[in-house]
Formats: sequence, structure tokens, C-alpha cells
Amino acid sequence: MKVFQHTASAILVSSLIAGAAQAQISDDEIRIGYLADMSGTYRDLSGPGGLEALNMAIEDFGGQVNGKKIVVFSADDLNKPDVGANTVRQWVDERNVDMVTGMVASSVVLAASKVVEQSGKLALISGAAASSLTNEYCSPNHIHWTYDSYALANGTAKSVLAEGGKKWFILTADYAFGHAMEADITKVVEADGGQVVGKVRHPFPSSDFSSYILQAQGSGADVIAFANAGSDTVNSLMTASQFGVAQSGQKLAGMVVFLNDIHAMGLDVTKGLMLTTGWYWDMNDDSRAWAQRYHKRFGKMPGMVPAGIYSATTNYLNAIKATGSDEAQAVRKQMMATPVNDMFAKNGKVRADGRMVHDMYLAQVKTPAESKGEWDLYKIVRTIPGDEAYRPESESKCKLLSKG
Amino acid sequence: MTLIFGIPLSVMSGQLLLGLINGAFYALLSLGLAIIFGLLRIINFAHGAQYMLGAFAAVMGLNYLGVNYWMALVLAPLLVGVVGVLIERFLLRRIAGEDHLYGLLLTFGLALILEGSFVKLFGVSGSSYPMPEQLKGGYNLGFMFLPTYRAWVIVAALAVCLVTWFMIERTRLGSYLRAGTENPKLMQAFGINVPLLITLTYGYGAALAAFAGVLAAPIYSVTPTMGANLLIVVFAVVVIGGMGSIMGAIVTGLAMGLIEGLTKVFYPEAANTVVFLVMVLVLLVRPAGLFGKEA
Amino acid sequence: MTSLQIKTGAARLQPQVVLERQQAATRRKRWFYLALFAVALVAPMAIYPVFLMKLLCFALFACAFNLLLGYAGLLSFGHAAFLATGGYVTGFLLSHYSGLGTELGILAGTLTSAVLGLLFGLLAIRRQGIYFAMITLALAQLVFFIYVQAPFTGGENGLHGVPRGQLFGLFDLNNNLTLYYFVLAVFVFGYAVIQRTIHSPYGQVLKAIRENEPRAISLGYNVDAHKLLAFVISAALTGLAGSTKTVVFQLASLTDAHWHMSGEVILMTLLGGVGTVLGPLVGATVVVTLQSYLSNGPLGEWVHVILGLIFVICVLLFRVGIVGWVLKLSRRNF
Repeated sequence: MKVFQHTASAILVSSLIAGAAQAQISDDEIRIGYLADMSGTYRDLSGPGGLEALNMAIEDFGGQVNGKKIVVFSADDLNKPDVGANTVRQWVDERNVDMVTGMVASSVVLAASKVVEQSGKLALISGAAASSLTNEYCSPNHIHWTYDSYALANGTAKSVLAEGGKKWFILTADYAFGHAMEADITKVVEADGGQVVGKVRHPFPSSDFSSYILQAQGSGADVIAFANAGSDTVNSLMTASQFGVAQSGQKLAGMVVFLNDIHAMGLDVTKGLMLTTGWYWDMNDDSRAWAQRYHKRFGKMPGMVPAGIYSATTNYLNAIKATGSDEAQAVRKQMMATPVNDMFAKNGKVRADGRMVHDMYLAQVKTPAESKGEWDLYKIVRTIPGDEAYRPESESKCKLLSKG
Repeated sequence: MTLIFGIPLSVMSGQLLLGLINGAFYALLSLGLAIIFGLLRIINFAHGAQYMLGAFAAVMGLNYLGVNYWMALVLAPLLVGVVGVLIERFLLRRIAGEDHLYGLLLTFGLALILEGSFVKLFGVSGSSYPMPEQLKGGYNLGFMFLPTYRAWVIVAALAVCLVTWFMIERTRLGSYLRAGTENPKLMQAFGINVPLLITLTYGYGAALAAFAGVLAAPIYSVTPTMGANLLIVVFAVVVIGGMGSIMGAIVTGLAMGLIEGLTKVFYPEAANTVVFLVMVLVLLVRPAGLFGKEA
Repeated sequence: MTSLQIKTGAARLQPQVVLERQQAATRRKRWFYLALFAVALVAPMAIYPVFLMKLLCFALFACAFNLLLGYAGLLSFGHAAFLATGGYVTGFLLSHYSGLGTELGILAGTLTSAVLGLLFGLLAIRRQGIYFAMITLALAQLVFFIYVQAPFTGGENGLHGVPRGQLFGLFDLNNNLTLYYFVLAVFVFGYAVIQRTIHSPYGQVLKAIRENEPRAISLGYNVDAHKLLAFVISAALTGLAGSTKTVVFQLASLTDAHWHMSGEVILMTLLGGVGTVLGPLVGATVVVTLQSYLSNGPLGEWVHVILGLIFVICVLLFRVGIVGWVLKLSRRNF
């Protein structure tokens, strides 16, 4: 029927024209989704605090870019991959969200990032640790911003090895992330002439670590490494303290430890612990200033994850301002071309595989005597240059990196 | 060096001792559940939350009221016991005659409310509770370093278990309780206030859970979800022991601690799951549990 | 006309009236189902289809669970094992055999769950009450452990990127709308199976067993076999729900195997009304909707507390469930 054909061609033509006008903001709004665990194990890592950081970034930008309003949606992923992936899918289908951030539990992020990729949007991953996100699971639709497990393992393990810890015992949480950490640590230790004299994998999660600490003590190792996170690390460290591990001369190396964990455990239990972090509130004037503002709003000092969210979002909004578009690939390209220089990182850059490479910091937990305030918890021992900390492109399995 | 299954004896002894300590802890936790189910026929899914409440009561008591550990060992169970009494009197009593299913669901709902609220109020990272001065340090036993506190745990847990067992099985009050739950009408006719007895018993079960919570506070981080993971393991212990049997719960708790300890040496990944394997095997052979009587 | 009928003048009409009332009830039921089906057909125009599909899968899960609890009187605390098995088997097959039709993948998942149900049933059926529930819980925990350890499930990360594939080689299921009608068909099928089971002679025996088991035994019925069959059907349909869910979300994860999932389905059934036919559907709708809207809003942190409150209020006040309550009010028989 003629009418139908006319209408169809009209629609076709207008959509072609619309498609050609790429340099514009979709729906005249910039829509950002915040996905994190708001009520479960990882709540204090990002959770409501991360949302606060996101809102700060938007407010500091004036709430709009080039006159287009910025809108935020937030959701609790309940630490479940299906809930997370589903939420992102709904955000994209129903609200045409442009960017997703937060993104904490690695299992959730792996599932959600697939949805983001399928729908051609952009994800700025701040909370998750899995280095596979820029390795075998790399994608042109996400950037891994704040830290990753490779950098943490690398930083801490290398430094402890340098101090003379040659024989290692690794306590691993029995799930994919723990196994990956264990592999990363083993590689670093063996490459540096060290030896893994024992390891044990504990169920994830566990509450009683006495048996495993006993095994570590009996192994003859100089260093006990904890390839676990969250409450497992907290419980392991507390048990190690009770069983007098430090007194017997064994060093403790925490792989994935955050400021809120140290704060919760207290300095008595954690003093002397070596760890690597992507950012610390007390490292320079810029970080201190921002952290004080955050503390006023939220009541707690920020760890590296909220700081990373603030930084990633600010850089994202800057990229939109520069290109005039919120289309994922255009923005990503701009972010890759712009160095990161803010309170979070100096001389940071986004690599082709999506990894934001920036300096990491080797820190040691202060003793109660050294600490002058509730949040005065770390002393920064060494700055690890970004290129040294993160997985080099030559070792990467990422399909986005051109080989040869 | 003598080897058992390839593990040196000294290492094995250490692991078995730790297993025994954990077992005493399980026994204490299952005791409360066993009493509440065995005598009151209530499946108390709020037991884990009551354990958590005890630990938090100790933490808050210390931080806000200066209540020290030893006082907390008495006061926290009392406080949670009162909470338990209120739960029984105002909530559980309404569904007293109904199917067990409803008791299970009601207490499950209560657990969700308690744990969810605490997560909202305190976050998930948990609080630390300092080790009491008198129990710091430990003994070098040769084959291992045993923290004093862990030795205390086994003593305290077993003492409370035995006292409770004695009260229920050997005293007159205990006999009233046992008779009152078997035949309430007859006992009421004799002038015994059976509903009050039931309410107090539920409170006592909750208090036992809280006592375990205070014991746990210095060695495990105090988080709102600390009870949730333990709960189904404790249920499994009670079922294996036989749901009506107090002694069954105690003995099974100790035994499971040992079995779990051995698992942690030989196949640690299965440490959380071995109790269920044991439950299936036991129930196949002895349908009412090891010491239970067929209902 | 016998003398009896002449004497009971008014009573002569009774059988006729009863029959008419029954026929009227059946007609009402048919119209109700037709209306419900019509709503289901147009719903995706107004509501996000993926959400509706999630609802349908969980409704099927709850209906299957209700068959066991409401009609056979058996409380299983391990149904999550069947949901996960259906999901993982289907997810694995569809991911690794790219030519495999989606319907075959789902069928495989359902059958595997049925077999697992048979296994669980053989071990658990002879126990009663709380012991039955605990055995199913223990078995489900063992299954959970296996899924944590098995490499093919992806452990904590889950099985991602399951292709939706094509139905019968004809319909592309990547289109949300097409997929929706397929899921609707699956649900209707499962529901019909349950209906047929309940209203058959076998269903009547099952009810008798639930009401008074010793009497059923004394009447010569093989009670264990009847219970076992109910268990297997329930497990199979739960597996079907899990398989379909995996195709919709393209993901199978440990959440489906965790004992909390077993608890959730109990909540849905209780909330809707145990032993009623529509109850699980209503219950699933309420719980899934609540979870979705709660986690997306400012109340996100309170989601567990609110669910707990619902549990408590339900048990104290709404023991018969929403549908049971509605039935009591309207005094009709569905």
C-alpha cells in the first residue's frame, strides 16, 4: 500500500539523518547509573559512600555539561551477578543510560559489563579488583579506573620480597578471584627468586581461620600472604594477631585491604601490615582537601574507591564537554587521549585495553603510637610508578591491543 | 617424626585441639536451638541473629557504658534473653498451635529484620572487640601456640553446656519443663504455669545464643551477618544429634568440630560443606538423628 | 417418581441446583483464566518485557513448589538445587554447542533436574516433617558445593553470555518480545501440567495422603511412590523455570543454588497462599516486584528488613496468604 511505503521511507530517511548527527547528547541529558552493593558485604567499600562521591563530581561540574542536565540513577546489586546485569539491562532498555559506574564485586561486574558492551554504552569500573577486566575480558566499552588485583599483588609482593621475605605461604579464598590472586602472587614470588612453600584454600566465606593460620605457622614460611578480601581478610588478620604470628617473626602481606577494613579492625591488630593502595587521603594537598570535603558530607574518610569514582566521573564529564557528545566510543577515545591529572592521580593515562594506569602506593599500617587521629592509619612507604605496577601490555591477552 | 596420613603428629594434634575448641563452640550454639526445638517444638531461625545481638551488646556495652567483658558475659545474655521473652510472648505465642512451618518462617523473618537493621545502622565492616586483659597471650604447648582465650572458650562453653544439661535433665524445674511440653494441660492442672515456663525457656535459649556471641566477640569480627552463615551449620548439628536430645547436641557439636578440623587439613575447600554430608549419611542410617527419638 | 422424591418436594431440586452452581463456577473460572491470559498477551506493550519474563519464571518456580507443599504436604528446603541445575545445564549446553536449538537446551535442563529430583526424593521421601526439610537442605548444600567447585559453572562469577539462540530454528529469541511469548507459553504449559496433576485421580490420592497419611496407607495406596512422583514433577518444573530464566538473562549463577533462594520460594508461596492454585503466582509477583522497586530506590538499604517484615506480618496475620484471604472474602471456589 502506497501510504505504508511512503511512511516507511520517511521513517527510514529521518533515522538516517538522525544517525548522521552523531556529535550530540542523547535525550538531551547525560544519564549515569550507579551500581554497587548497598546493603551487603561490600557496602562500606563503595555503597552509599561511592554515590556521595559521584554526586560530588556532578555538583562540582555544575550539574550540567554544555547546558545538558546530568541525571543519576542508583541501584543495589545485592552482590549478585544476575541482579546487577538485569539492572543494567533495564537501565539501558528503559532509560537509555549513557554510563555506568561504581561496580564493585568482580562477579557482578563481569556479568554487567557484558550487557554494557552489547548495548554500546560505557562503564567506568571503580570498585572491582579482577585484573581480567583488562585482560581476557577487556572490552571497548569499559575502562578500569581505580586499581586491580595485579597491581596490588605486584606492589605488595615485590616490596615484601625486597625486604627479604623469600618463603611464602598463601592463604586463598576458594573462588575465582582468590585463585587469580594466588596465581599473580606465585608468579611474582617465583620470578624474584622466592618460593611458595605452602598454600591452603579456604571456603568463601569462612569465619574461623585458626586452623589455616596454624598450618601457615607450621609451614616454615617467612611471609603469609592473604589472597582474600573483605570479611575473610579481616578474620584472617585478627586470628593471625591472636596466634602471635607477628611475634614469631613471620610477615603478613594483605593483598586486597581497604581503608575501611583497617579502620574496622583497629591498629592493634593490623599494625605493621604491608599493603598497596591506589590512593590515600593524606598523600598530598589535593587529596587532603577533597577528603575533608567528603568527610564533612559523609562522616567517614574516603578510601580509594570513592576517590576513583569522583576522578573517573570528572574525567568523563570533561570528555563529554570536549567532544560535545555522550556517545560511548567518542567519549572513550577522548578519555584515552587526555592524561589524568587530578586529586586522585597525577600522570594517569587510559591505555588501549581500558586500563587507567597510574601510580600506586606501597603503604604500611601505623602503630597506635604513630597514629594521631581516627583516620591517620597509613604511612606511604614508596610510590610505585604506574607502568611498573600494572600488567604490561606485552603480557596481556586483551584482544584490543594490536599484536606484533 | 610419626606421620598420620602423611601429616606429622604434632601438626595433627594442633588441628585436633583447634577442632575440639570449635566443637565446644558449636555445642554451645546448638544447645540453645536443641532446647527450643526439643522442648518447645519451635524451629528458631532467629538463633543466628540472637547470637549476633549478644556480640553487639558486648561491643556497645563496652563503647558506650564501659561494661567490661566479664560483666558482658552475664549482662548480654540477660538482655537478649529479655528480647527472646518478648518475642515468644508477643509473636510466637500467637502461632503456638499451628504447623512448625510458621514458627520457622516467623523466626526467619525476624532474623532478616534484625540483621537488615543492624547492617543499615552499623555497616557491614564490623566492629572489633578488644581481647580482655586477663585472657591475652597464650601457652606454647610445643606442637602449637595456644591462645589463652581459646582455652577459655572451651572451658566456658563446656561448663555452660553441662550446667544446662544438668538443669534440664536432673532438676525438678527441668522435669516440669519436660512434662509441660509433653502434656501442657495436665501440668496446668497441677498448678504449673506452663505458658510462663515456655516463655522463659525460649528466653533462655536466646540467652545461650547471646552468651556464645559474647564469647565470639574478641576472636571473630562482630558483624551483623555473623550469625547468618553459622545458622544452617548449627541446625545441621542439632539434626544430626537428634532434635529432641540435649546431650545429642553437645556430643555432636564436639564431634563436628573435630570432623571439620580434619577436613580443614585434608580438603579445606569442603570445610563448610562436610557437616551436610555427615547429616545425609546419619539420617539415612538413623532417621531420628544419633540420639533422637522418633517423633 | 419414587415416593422418596415426592416427599422431599423442595429437595427434588437440590441435585439440579448443585450441578448448575458447579457449571457456573467452571464457566466463571474459564472466563477468569481467559481474561488473565489476555492481559498476559498485551502486558509487554506497557511493562518492560524482561521484568515480566522474570516474573513468569519465578511464578512457575513457586507453582511447582506449591505442588509439593500445598498438595503433597511436603516442605522442601532444597528446591534451589533444581532451579540452579536447570539453569546451569541449559546454560552450559547452549554456550558450548552453538547449533543447539534453545528448546533442546531447555529440555535437557528440565530432564536433568527431574533426575536430580528423583535422587533427592529417594533419599528424603521416607522422612517426615522437619527431618524431610533438613535432608533436602543438606542435599541442596552438597549440590551447591559441587557447583562452587565445578569449573563449568564459573563459580562465583557465574556462567555468562549464554546465547538465547533460536527456537525450533525459526524464531530469533534475541528479540525481547518473541522471547516473552515463548516464556509465556512455557509458563502456561507448566501451569497446565500442575492443574492436570492436581485434578487427576492421582491428585486426589495425594490430597488424601496429605490429610491423613496412615489412613491412606491402610487403604492400600503406595504412599511413598505417590510422594516421590510429586517430588519429581515439582523438581522437573522447577528445573524448567531455571532453564528458561537462564535463557532470558543469559546468565546462570550461584544465587540460584543458594539456600536463600529456597527460602524465597517459600516466602512467595506463603505470601500468595499455600495450597491455592493462583497463590504462588500472586506471591511471586509481589516478591519480585518488591525486590525490583526496592533495590532501585532510596529504600534500597532496607530491602532485607522489609522482606523480613512481610514474612512476619504474613505469618501472624495472613497465614492463608493473599489469595486465601481473597477466597475467604468472596467464598468462591477456584
